[in-house]
Amino acid sequence: MSLNNLDQLYRQVIMDHYKNPRNRGELDQDNKLVVNMNNPTCGDRIQLQLQVEDGKITDAKFTGEGCSISQSSASMMTDAIKGLSVNDALHMSEIFSDMVQGKDYDEDELDLGDVEALQGVCKFPARIKCATLAWKAMEKALNEQKQ
Amino acid sequence: MNIKNIRELFPILNQQVNGHPLVYLDSAATSQKPVSVIEAISQYYREYNSNVHRGVHTLGTKATDGYEAAREKVRRFIGAASTEEIIFTRGTTTSLNFVAYSYGRARLEEGDEIVINAMEHHANLIPWQQVAKATGATLKYIPLQPNGTFNLDDVKKTITERTKIVAMAHVSNVLGTINPIKEVADIAHRHGAVLVVDGAQSAPHLAVNVQELGADFFALSGHKMLGPTGIGVLYGKKALLEEMEPVETGGEMIDYVDYYDSTWKELPWKFEAGTPVIAGAIGLGAAIDFLNEVGLDNIHAHEEELANYALDVLSEIEGLEIYGPKERAGLVTFNIDGVHPHDVATVLDTEGIAIRAGHHCAQPLMKWLGVNATARASFYLYNTKEDIDALAAGLKKTKEYFGHVFE
Repeated sequence: MSLNNLDQLYRQVIMDHYKNPRNRGELDQDNKLVVNMNNPTCGDRIQLQLQVEDGKITDAKFTGEGCSISQSSASMMTDAIKGLSVNDALHMSEIFSDMVQGKDYDEDELDLGDVEALQGVCKFPARIKCATLAWKAMEKALNEQKQ
Repeated sequence: MNIKNIRELFPILNQQVNGHPLVYLDSAATSQKPVSVIEAISQYYREYNSNVHRGVHTLGTKATDGYEAAREKVRRFIGAASTEEIIFTRGTTTSLNFVAYSYGRARLEEGDEIVINAMEHHANLIPWQQVAKATGATLKYIPLQPNGTFNLDDVKKTITERTKIVAMAHVSNVLGTINPIKEVADIAHRHGAVLVVDGAQSAPHLAVNVQELGADFFALSGHKMLGPTGIGVLYGKKALLEEMEPVETGGEMIDYVDYYDSTWKELPWKFEAGTPVIAGAIGLGAAIDFLNEVGLDNIHAHEEELANYALDVLSEIEGLEIYGPKERAGLVTFNIDGVHPHDVATVLDTEGIAIRAGHHCAQPLMKWLGVNATARASFYLYNTKEDIDALAAGLKKTKEYFGHVFE
């Protein structure tokens, strides 16, 4: 494996999100959804806060600690899901999961935006859980809210 | 000690990973296995696989002999007085849980104290949290010095006449600290407490004598000392084990079974319910033969040399922080400023270098260090200075790479 492969993993846009995370912080709203998620094998942590109104994610923020992949993924995800319906956000999470596992996914179905840069993770199986941490947190928050 | 010859006995080391020769620096997680261990396990399955302690037939006798011979090898290896004190388990975690359940929960009550410390691996920490919760006993922590060692005065202050159990790692899996077990044992015994020693990181690397150490219980894992996974040992003083109830009951461990009551076999079999890990024990026996042939003192000296070399080479890298004391076992835990240890491990992996990144099953210690995770390179008898040079080069590359993307 060469530096080329590393460059596939650590793309410029990923490192930009790591260095300048978007939506880092906490929401002010009282009725926000708050969910904590850990990666127990490595100690990465995220707290995700979502504002959902009429079945739509109107705002999203996160706090946490972790590697470049887990933190940039959270930054990109919060950008990508704002304005999506709950169902589309959950569907995007499925697409994302397929993408980072190297499975076929429909590129045109939803606009992944910067998130697509994480495709290179599929070459690094040990890092898939880093990439999916924020997404699992979102799934948990939205599924709990549905019930 | 000829490392080149030793390396040839470990077939796994002779391979390319991601286009580079494998540099295996994760032996504190699990060690690699020499051909003799692999062959011993294979030979058991090919030639005399059979259940132990029951068959009248020839293979059953051979299997029993092999299994019990391994127990005697372990006894000699750790300097126990009798094979009655050597219980085969699944590993250190199981061994420590056995003590927590069968000794801790049975003996402790409200007002009693269990003394541990923040450098313990989760395996020697959570079982005691659970005992404290179940019995109402108090969990007390011996404070650590800034360099990750104990001050014996602090040990003396923490252990009181209410202390019933002191649990301590012989060697820290993160800091590499070699703890003063003998001194701690003396203090514990003066207060009538027992000392439970987590030997997972010491037995593979140092000559251990449980009687000289004063350990009442001592746990180790086969897979960290050239043996297979799934086999470990619990050593306990006979007088203590005799008074303890078995944790698991069932086949193999009984003396006589009636409708409403049963009696147990003598030691050590009363603690070995069910068909044991026969091949694992035989493999561990072969691993001990190998370690004895090389010599634990030689292994320790070699690792000391590697650790010192690593400290020298790595401390030259700017922005790299090393945790733990100067005098240490063969491992170095560190962080590079601004690069998460996961990212460090990924870059090194692309160079064929295997290290551990994460919290090393020691989250309270990470809290104490004020970090979320660290990177760890750990050494064994098959590692060389060239391995450490490769690590240093890989770390410089990591820094450059991340420095570059941060520009």
